[in-house]
Amino acid sequence: MSVVTLNLGQCGNQVGQELLNVVSNDAFNAQKNCPGVQGKTYYACALDRFFREEQTGELAARAVLIDMEPKVINHAIATAAKSDMWKYGDGSYFCEKQGSGNNWAKGFCVHGPQHEEAVVELVRREVERCDRLAGILTMMSVAGGTGSGMGTYITQCLRDMYPHSFILNHLTWPYSTGEVIVQNYNSVLTLSHLYQLSDGMLVHENDTVHKICAQLMNIKHISFSDINKIIAHQLGSVLQPADVGGTQSDYSRNPVGDLMSSLACHAEYKLLSMSAIPHMSSSSLAYSSFTWPGLLKHLRQMLIANARMEEGIDWQVCVPPVRQGAERTREIKQLQFNTSLANLLILRGKDVSCADSGAFLHPGLYSSWLPPEAAFRTWSSLMPFNGYEKSATLISNSQSLLQPLNKMVGKAWNMFASRAYIHQYTRFGISEEDFLDSFTALEQVISSYTCL
Amino acid sequence: MTQSIIVQVGQCGNQVGCRFWDLALREHAHVNKKGIYDEALSNFFRNAVLIDMEEGVVNEILQGPLRDVFDNTQLVTDVSGSGNNWAVGHRIYGPACQEQVVEKVRRAAEHCDSLQCFFLIHSMGGGTGSGLGSYVLRLLEDEFPEVYRIVTSVYPSAEDDVITSPYNSVLAMRELSERADCVLPVDNQSLVEIVNKIRYMSHQGKPGHVIKKDSTVISGQGGACGAEKPFDAMNNIVANLLLNLTSSARFDGSLNMDLNEIAMNLVPFPRLHYLVSSLTPLYTLADVSVPPRRLDQMFTDAFSRDHQLIRADPKHSLYLACALVVRGNVQVSDLRRNIERLKPSLPFVSWNQEGWKTSLCSVPPVGHTHSLLALANNTCVKPTFLELKDRFMKLYRKKVKAPERCEKNIFAYEINLNIVSETSQNKIKTYIKYVPAPCFNTI
Repeated sequence: MSVVTLNLGQCGNQVGQELLNVVSNDAFNAQKNCPGVQGKTYYACALDRFFREEQTGELAARAVLIDMEPKVINHAIATAAKSDMWKYGDGSYFCEKQGSGNNWAKGFCVHGPQHEEAVVELVRREVERCDRLAGILTMMSVAGGTGSGMGTYITQCLRDMYPHSFILNHLTWPYSTGEVIVQNYNSVLTLSHLYQLSDGMLVHENDTVHKICAQLMNIKHISFSDINKIIAHQLGSVLQPADVGGTQSDYSRNPVGDLMSSLACHAEYKLLSMSAIPHMSSSSLAYSSFTWPGLLKHLRQMLIANARMEEGIDWQVCVPPVRQGAERTREIKQLQFNTSLANLLILRGKDVSCADSGAFLHPGLYSSWLPPEAAFRTWSSLMPFNGYEKSATLISNSQSLLQPLNKMVGKAWNMFASRAYIHQYTRFGISEEDFLDSFTALEQVISSYTCL
Repeated sequence: MTQSIIVQVGQCGNQVGCRFWDLALREHAHVNKKGIYDEALSNFFRNAVLIDMEEGVVNEILQGPLRDVFDNTQLVTDVSGSGNNWAVGHRIYGPACQEQVVEKVRRAAEHCDSLQCFFLIHSMGGGTGSGLGSYVLRLLEDEFPEVYRIVTSVYPSAEDDVITSPYNSVLAMRELSERADCVLPVDNQSLVEIVNKIRYMSHQGKPGHVIKKDSTVISGQGGACGAEKPFDAMNNIVANLLLNLTSSARFDGSLNMDLNEIAMNLVPFPRLHYLVSSLTPLYTLADVSVPPRRLDQMFTDAFSRDHQLIRADPKHSLYLACALVVRGNVQVSDLRRNIERLKPSLPFVSWNQEGWKTSLCSVPPVGHTHSLLALANNTCVKPTFLELKDRFMKLYRKKVKAPERCEKNIFAYEINLNIVSETSQNKIKTYIKYVPAPCFNTI
């Protein structure tokens, strides 16, 4: 089952490359360290998911790189070719000369339609080379012009072309203190459009990942490549082969589909956030050891208290009591408590069968309309991932993204009230009505999540 | 890779342009030591049009070391000059050499794979620069409406030696406000102060304070042109401004910024496109064991009034937007830390509290390990424009040399006054006139 990756814009291409590095390194290590049948199956499955073998025997990535200006793509292709482990397929990229200028309207209304045919053709070629398509993973940022604007347009085209395939969007949200001045406009427009088109949106925020780098990994001068490595680690831990049935015999044949069916069960709730544990610099890793109970306890509290990393968790927050039988009334829940719609726990490493995730089945964690047995799933794999002897990742469809989303919409509305920068969007075809529609759609999402 | 065309008009424009080419050559030679012709180099060469109504300056360029860079197909010259009269430049020479100019620009545009931006360099006080320069701006808008027009204007200072400079400036400003996408005003007085500051530092000779000679923002050492001429130091600063602005389009980085992103992020309303710029560091100390505090100092300096290229104090006025173009070995964590540190002291407009646009380019300028260009859309340009208006009114009241430009004056004056109101914090509503009315029912 193969996943075709679509990297859009500078962020998408940079993160996409790190993801492929993580996945390929992990697969090679698994084969090296576990020489038995287990290792071989894992290696074959992992590589088949993201790479294909060319006639020369080299590994080519099942990826399409798209950007409106050539610098990033050239750098990515050159670095991959130098690494000797894998490379990008010949001709699997599309670039133009001039960027989108951080303008969502330019990406969506001008570059999208203009280059639709060429891009869709590249994706079709990659899809046809897969024996079985598990899904399409698009990677982009929401703040810029190409990734967000053109990315949304391409997702729309792919949705029309492959109505029965899964489209998983990986989104990178920018720093809340500003990377691009019109980032809030671009984010609002992207999210409102993608909500109708995508099956699930996995979100990473630059702020959160930056904190992980600073506090857990102890990196003094954090660069974008450090941030991209963390994002790739978390994404890789989700997409690498894992067993869904609990029998430890077979790796999932439908990873993206299983992910969607566990988490994105309602059309109104598609925002998925990720927490992973542990994160440690490689120098400290040699001196640390982990136990499953410890890891799972931290992860559960991270979920409840809405903390994204294992430092600074508020242990005071606890699950509110559940009323038996009667419908849950709108009692004033603790503000910091994070209600989930659905959770997916992925465990990788030694002795994974001893790990007890029963604490996650507490009904107080979830909304009232799904029983906990349906809302919580576990996947596991005996292979250690990316150098960590034991690691756990939790993907949750919960209120954790509510606050950042609310802030983003608030700031965008504030700017819209003064009509600042609107002339830049109207000149390419996005009118004020389109903005108002996007705001309405996102307010609806916010209110749905608040009432979970 | 996108290309830009530099259009240099008038004596000032051509002198600044000449320094720009010299420094650009120096920078690319420094980066590309093997001398292999790479894509970044092909970006700029042969993409220049030199316009002047008298031959002296252009001939000097053509006889100097840069003669191989330009050729006759890029020049538009005439003999007698504009006599410091905007009307002569705009109304007489404009239409007369219109065809020539359009043809040369078209030819330069055809050499480009993908033309993104015109850089117009001129002065506001003279006759050719302001008059013909603003006419050329109109031509560029008519012929190439999709291409961005970034204008670097050298404004006259109060002690300018041209008497009619206020008239010329105000008349040209009208064209700039309507037809340019971005204007980077620069002021001779500020440039002089910066030059003096650097010269003072370099002559101090204090131990531990020795400056690396070729690293200052005013030095042209290492370039093709030999001896330094009088205005060279000041022109180098403006040339460095343009180099830093285009650095992200020419070199790699972890967070690229194209020129169209400048127009997109820094211009919230179409007419409010005057950007105050500042360059840091002005020099690098020769002592290599500099502590990392220097990096933070660079960010602090970018917002101080001494480093601005126009007489303005942005810290005490309202910011509408701000862009930071960082070059060299600076990581995103340093950038974020400094933004967090400086944010509380900088007043931003209420609807754009986090109005920062950032860009990281990995190649530093020659002689430095890192540098920062800060572009701010700030209401501190208001005093500068008010002062210009006062000088204009002083002349106009006495009807000095009015007959040749009567009908233009009043209209231009009104436009000027409205721009000044626009950038004032308390009179934001006056710009309602310039934006379609239905948009403002929520204010």
